[in-house]
Amino acid sequence: MSIDPNPGPVFVERRAYRRRRLVDAARLLPILGVTLVCLPLLWTGERDAPTSTTYAMIYFFSLWLALVIGAALLSRRLKSEAKSDTADAGADAVGGPAGDK
Amino acid sequence: MATLNILVLVCLSYVVLLFVVAFAADRAALRGRGKWLRSPIIYTLSLSIYCTAWTFYGAVGFAARSGLEFVTIYLGPTLVMIGWWWALRKMVRVGRSQRITSIADLISSRFGKSNTLAVFVTLLAVIGTTPYIALQLQSVTLSFAAFAETGPDVGEAINREVTAFWLALGLALFTILFGTRNLDANERHHGVVMAIALEAVVKLFALLAVGVFVVWGLSGGVSETLARIDASNIARWDVSASRWVGLTALSAAAFLCLPRMFQVMVVENEDEDHLRTAAWAFPAYLMLMSLFVVPIAVVGLDLLEGTNPDLFVLSLPLSQGQDGLAILSFLGGFSSATSMVIVAAIALSTMVSNHIVMPIWLNMTGGNAVMSGDVRQVALLARRLSIAGVVLLGYLYFRISGGGTALAKIGLVSFAGVAQFLPALLGGLFWRGATRAGAMAGLVIGSLVWLYSLFLPSFGTGTILSDAIMHDGLWGLSWLRPQALFGSEGMDPLVHAVMWSMLLNTAGFITVSLLSFPKPIERLQGAQFVNVYDHSPTTGGWTGGLAQTEDLLIMAQRIMGSTQAQAFFASAAGRQGIGGYLPEPSPDFLQSLERELSGSVGAAAAHAMVGQIVGGASVSVEDLMAVADETAQIMEYSSKLEAKSTELTRTARQLREANEKLTQLSRQKDAFLSQVSHELRTPMTSIRAFSEILRDADGLQAEEAGKYASVIHDEAIRLTRLLDDLLDLSVLENGQVSLNVQTGTLGDLLDRAEAAAGGNSGELEVRRQRGDEGIMLSTDLDRLAQVFINLIANARKYCDAKTPVLTIESRLSGEMLLVDFIDNGTGIPTDKQTVIFEKFSRIGDTKAGGAGLGLAICREIMGRLGGRVTYLPGQSGAAFRVSLPVEQRVAAQ
Repeated sequence: MSIDPNPGPVFVERRAYRRRRLVDAARLLPILGVTLVCLPLLWTGERDAPTSTTYAMIYFFSLWLALVIGAALLSRRLKSEAKSDTADAGADAVGGPAGDK
Repeated sequence: MATLNILVLVCLSYVVLLFVVAFAADRAALRGRGKWLRSPIIYTLSLSIYCTAWTFYGAVGFAARSGLEFVTIYLGPTLVMIGWWWALRKMVRVGRSQRITSIADLISSRFGKSNTLAVFVTLLAVIGTTPYIALQLQSVTLSFAAFAETGPDVGEAINREVTAFWLALGLALFTILFGTRNLDANERHHGVVMAIALEAVVKLFALLAVGVFVVWGLSGGVSETLARIDASNIARWDVSASRWVGLTALSAAAFLCLPRMFQVMVVENEDEDHLRTAAWAFPAYLMLMSLFVVPIAVVGLDLLEGTNPDLFVLSLPLSQGQDGLAILSFLGGFSSATSMVIVAAIALSTMVSNHIVMPIWLNMTGGNAVMSGDVRQVALLARRLSIAGVVLLGYLYFRISGGGTALAKIGLVSFAGVAQFLPALLGGLFWRGATRAGAMAGLVIGSLVWLYSLFLPSFGTGTILSDAIMHDGLWGLSWLRPQALFGSEGMDPLVHAVMWSMLLNTAGFITVSLLSFPKPIERLQGAQFVNVYDHSPTTGGWTGGLAQTEDLLIMAQRIMGSTQAQAFFASAAGRQGIGGYLPEPSPDFLQSLERELSGSVGAAAAHAMVGQIVGGASVSVEDLMAVADETAQIMEYSSKLEAKSTELTRTARQLREANEKLTQLSRQKDAFLSQVSHELRTPMTSIRAFSEILRDADGLQAEEAGKYASVIHDEAIRLTRLLDDLLDLSVLENGQVSLNVQTGTLGDLLDRAEAAAGGNSGELEVRRQRGDEGIMLSTDLDRLAQVFINLIANARKYCDAKTPVLTIESRLSGEMLLVDFIDNGTGIPTDKQTVIFEKFSRIGDTKAGGAGLGLAICREIMGRLGGRVTYLPGQSGAAFRVSLPVEQRVAAQ
């Protein structure tokens, strides 16, 4: 509850490092999304000929698809990482009580 | 009319199908089968209740009016979903670990289980959701009407209110039947979720089907459709930036705060891991739902000019004679409406019954019923009545409002209402400093602004808020105009209301939180919510009978030890007639397990632990208090133990010391005995030898015989003296000596002693200062003389100087008489000084055969007389100091 006096190791093993960067990516994706969703607001005043709805539609649905694919890839990676983590933890949990016998 | 009849038939069959699916899913879940019921796909599909009839019909209408702006309603939730790692994950984790039943419960739990807050949130949710339910009823009746109009008997108008009534009744029935099967709101409604998932598939399929029909059937392909869009009056990308950002933010906020979204997203969540899938699958669903919206709107505007654009999805196929597609489309809209009403009714009824009806009922019955079992029945009844009430409210709203205005407008008003929960919700999840007072202040301010600037004006100018208020502000204050607060004129009314309500809400929340001080329970809950990842390492769900038992076994093993726990579980299973280690979690078994565990961890803790796993009850503050009490008792007990243990240590040390002393004494006694026997043996041996000579040797000359006899005599004297000394010492040591107090001067005493010790005869010269020796003594003079004699005799015996001199100095020091006996020999080596007063201690080889008892006797005598005899180091030779207390009166003489 209080500030952890042990802020954790400075160097973590490669897998833990990768996992943290994955989480970073998962956190940053919606921010990228917000930026790109608001980007078309800048289109309005810049051209004589106004942007067409079809142009915007293609932009938005492409963006949407990209976000979906990005989220899917990230969640898949996070899932497999988590799976192997819980598998390790599970092995420990099974081994623990057995060791007590 | 034939179409309408078919429609009614199809609709009823569809409803029957939903009932069957819900029923089958409930049965399967009850039997612990049907893993697919708990798959992430079902979870994702159940989230689709975000897409209500408003989406199904209204999005097209929205697009027909404002072009691409409608996507904001879907982009907001998309961004929230792909940002699940930020907020949703925490919300779901908190919801699961705290056994949250609704968003009102979440906010009230976070802020110290405040029921006031819960009631307020519930009321706001009801106010915000009722128009939304009315909207669903309206959309279904509208779609019925659309069918009726195109039927052969156009003249026969359909009674919309009757349709809405039957629809409301059917929905209430379905919800009550499948939504209140279990009392525990935390128990998943498998039947309902399954039905919703099915409806989600139907509505997506229907909308896609209409979209495909429009694009390839009516327009003739993608490029033609795009060309048609370019030619329409929504061809220009022309959105207001404030509305774009505002609507996106609003829909994102509403997605988190809508009671029905909370219900499916958090309460019905089976496994936190499902969020990972939903994070991309739900945005994909939303994308597909909105893919054909613009084409349908454009083609509708083209072909059906002048009709309600909200119904294009239905009226387009109808106008083209595609009755089958129209019925499918109708089913899609019907699905969207019903699923929303069902889930919203469940969510709201949980809140209403838990936070309003039950507290009132318990208050009225004085809380006595808590003890009996009928609370369960009352709670179920309350929830059923609440469902009926919520649906009825929606119906009444529909009747009163008469179903006017564009669908989308009501939806956004409702969104803005529930979005008022956002500051309290996110603040509660991420900021430990958030307090109950702050949350209350933010909610009150935000909802008042929302009511005044958006909800009340939405009924139309002059309905509730008069023209005067709308144009001149409340009480004629221009800065209080509902749609131009604080002089912010010219803004879009919705964006204006959202901005001001959220701004003031957040400001109030933060300011009051900073200024107020939370109660202990708020701080406790705050820590548990904000640091939820530290407190709840488990992510798996406690579902299914055996899974629970297994978790219980794991826990019991940790507490009782694995062998014992396994034996206990196996015997319990045996009693239930089941093989293996996992008995059914029956009440009997749980009770006995709890008892068993309470032996190890205390009753309250055991109750809380079993409760946590079985899910019967969450850990209440009372439980925690009880745990704390038990812990305090244990600590008290352990401190007592600690005190006892230190006492024992002390006693043990004393015993050890006593033992050492005894051992030492025993050793001393042995040494003493061997010394004594040795000392006795030497004279005895010579006595025996000489007496044998006297007896056996013939012809012994008288001179020799006399010599031998005198040796025997001397030895006998020595023996007697030794025995006398021993006797003396023993008497002194035992304290049996009685003092014979006499009075005399020191000088006389020294004279006597000197004479007894052999006087000034021989080689030892005794030097005295007779001037100092006039001190009167009142003590046992004989004993004191014995000490002096001993000391003088010692000097005579042991002084190794060529001309031995003994100096006797006496003086008074305070009340002490000090008499020093100092000779001019080499003295006693330092290491021997400590032992010279011990029995039988003799230094070096003995010139005169003393037994080594003299100084020991001196020490004992002086002890008896109240003084002491010590070795005085640092003098010219061996020096002894006799100190003796004298009375001042006597000394003065």
